[in-house]
This record gives sequence, C-alpha cells and structure tokens, in this order.
Amino acid sequence: MTNVAVISFPGSNCDRDIITAVNHITGTQPTQYWHKETSMEKHDLVILPGGFSFGDYLRCGAIAARSPIMDEVMEHVWRGGFVLGICNGFQILTEAGILPGTLMRNKQLQFVCRDVTLSLHHTQSNAILGQCDDNRQLVIPVAHNEGNYFADPDTLKKITDKEQIALTYTNTGAANYNPNGAINDIAGVTSDNGRVLGMMPHPERKAEAIHGGLDGHYLLTSIIEAAS
Amino acid sequence: MLRVTITISLKEGVLDPEGQAIAHSLGNLGYHEASDIRTGRIISFTMDESNHARANQKVAKMCETLLVNTVIENYDIAIEDQAEDK
Repeated sequence: MTNVAVISFPGSNCDRDIITAVNHITGTQPTQYWHKETSMEKHDLVILPGGFSFGDYLRCGAIAARSPIMDEVMEHVWRGGFVLGICNGFQILTEAGILPGTLMRNKQLQFVCRDVTLSLHHTQSNAILGQCDDNRQLVIPVAHNEGNYFADPDTLKKITDKEQIALTYTNTGAANYNPNGAINDIAGVTSDNGRVLGMMPHPERKAEAIHGGLDGHYLLTSIIEAAS
Repeated sequence: MLRVTITISLKEGVLDPEGQAIAHSLGNLGYHEASDIRTGRIISFTMDESNHARANQKVAKMCETLLVNTVIENYDIAIEDQAEDK
C-alpha cells in the first residue's frame, strides 16, 4: 500500500481535499505534516497541495519553498521519492528549484477557475504517471491566478528533449483552451528523474462522481500505484 | 547603518501583461507617448552594516536565495548611508 504524506503550509486550502481523495483510493489516511516540522518519516509519495501559501506574498510559493519541511522534501527527492505538487504545490516545487521553469501571472490578468482538457504525455521520462493511458484526455479544473508556465529557451529545449512535459492543455479548437498563456500549452512538468510532477490543474476536484467527473481520480490512482 | 533598495524587474523578453494593460490604459487617457512599459517591485530595508562592499555581497545573496526569481527577474541593488536619527 502506498504510503502518502501531505504537507500543509499556512494558506494551503486543498490539503483536506487531497487527503480525502487519497484516502478513497488507498483506504488509508495520509500522514499530514506542518511546514515547520524538521523531520519526516519515509513515504512513497509526498504531496504538496494547492492553496495560497503565505498569502502568495513575495511570489507564489517563494516563502513556502524555504520552509523547514522543504529540507525533508528535498531529501525525499534525492532518495528518488515520488512527489506531486498541485497548483500552489507546483509553484512551490519550481521556487524550490526541484522542477524547472516558473509560473507567472496569467496572461489575461484574471483568476481562472474552470474545467480544462488535458493531454497526457506518458513516456519513460515520467515514471510518476504510472499506467496512465497516453491516448486518454482528461477533463480536470484549474483554479489559479499564476499558472502561466514559463521557461527560458534552453530549459524549454531540455525539458522537451528529455520528455519532461507530462501534461499540456489540449487544443480543443476553443480560443481559450490554454487558460493562462502557458508557453507550449504546458500544464505540468516532471523532474529529470521523472518522479516529481508539478501540475496546475486540481485532480482532487474531479475525484468523485459528485464532482461531475472521475478523471482526477484516474490520474491520482495511476500516480499512487506508480509510487507504491 | 545602511539603507538598501532592491529594484526587481522582469527580464527582457519575458512577457509583462500587467505592463501591457497599463500601456493600454494610459493610451486610453491620451498618453500615447508612453510605450514599452515594464512593471516591477521595490524592496527596501535598513541594514546593520557599515561596509558597502560587504553589504552588497550579502544583499546579492539574499536576492539569489529568496527575493528574486532569477528565471524571469533581474535585480538592481542600491545602497546608501542612512542618516542617523538625532
């Protein structure tokens, strides 16, 4: 059984949602850590949830990325552990230098909160996607003000060549299929060992039938199985 | 005591939608002479240090580790002696 940890920062507000979603998949309760903690047990998968850590002060995720618990997360990454960062969790992972690039303010300068269609790019480079079917498109909501992924040309080439772009917004023909102006329609990237995934959409918000879809449940299940 | 002022701005080539929105609004007000508007942030503080070179080195480190996202931002450090309060 996959042993999951969820980390809460002041201002995290999707921690309970992801705990519930994981609990419904694994049947066990994830271990919750507060950002000030300086030790962490060994876990298969560490999840950084969405929210507005430290009120988005300075830059989204910047202060959380320097929290005491992040030393433990870094060690978990060095050990080859699996990490999932959702929305603000993704921002924290880029700020911590664990994932390449950064998340800038949405191009249209507006908070965006709606379903988006996502394409999976499941390759050998992103082990964290587990048994996800590459041909399956996922409909999962985004909810963010700073989701506009950006990387300099060298980094972009590197993550493209190494197949680290795990999720993109699917060009459905709608003018606003890319909700934030992200470069190359990037919605999620992995680390170079393929075990850390940061993504702007919220899979925990499409994790039960009552949410109007189960694509998030599908993705989370694959990730949890990959990490076991 | 020194007074430190850090000016943080987006690197050249990085899209600044806020700057574009401001340019658009200024244009609506008739200020068509303003173009290439870039936004940024200023962080200033008093530093318990007397040596300018040493202060500059420390502040640069603060910028690199926390204050600036060097993926998209540049920074400029200005340091001056702070007038003592009488």
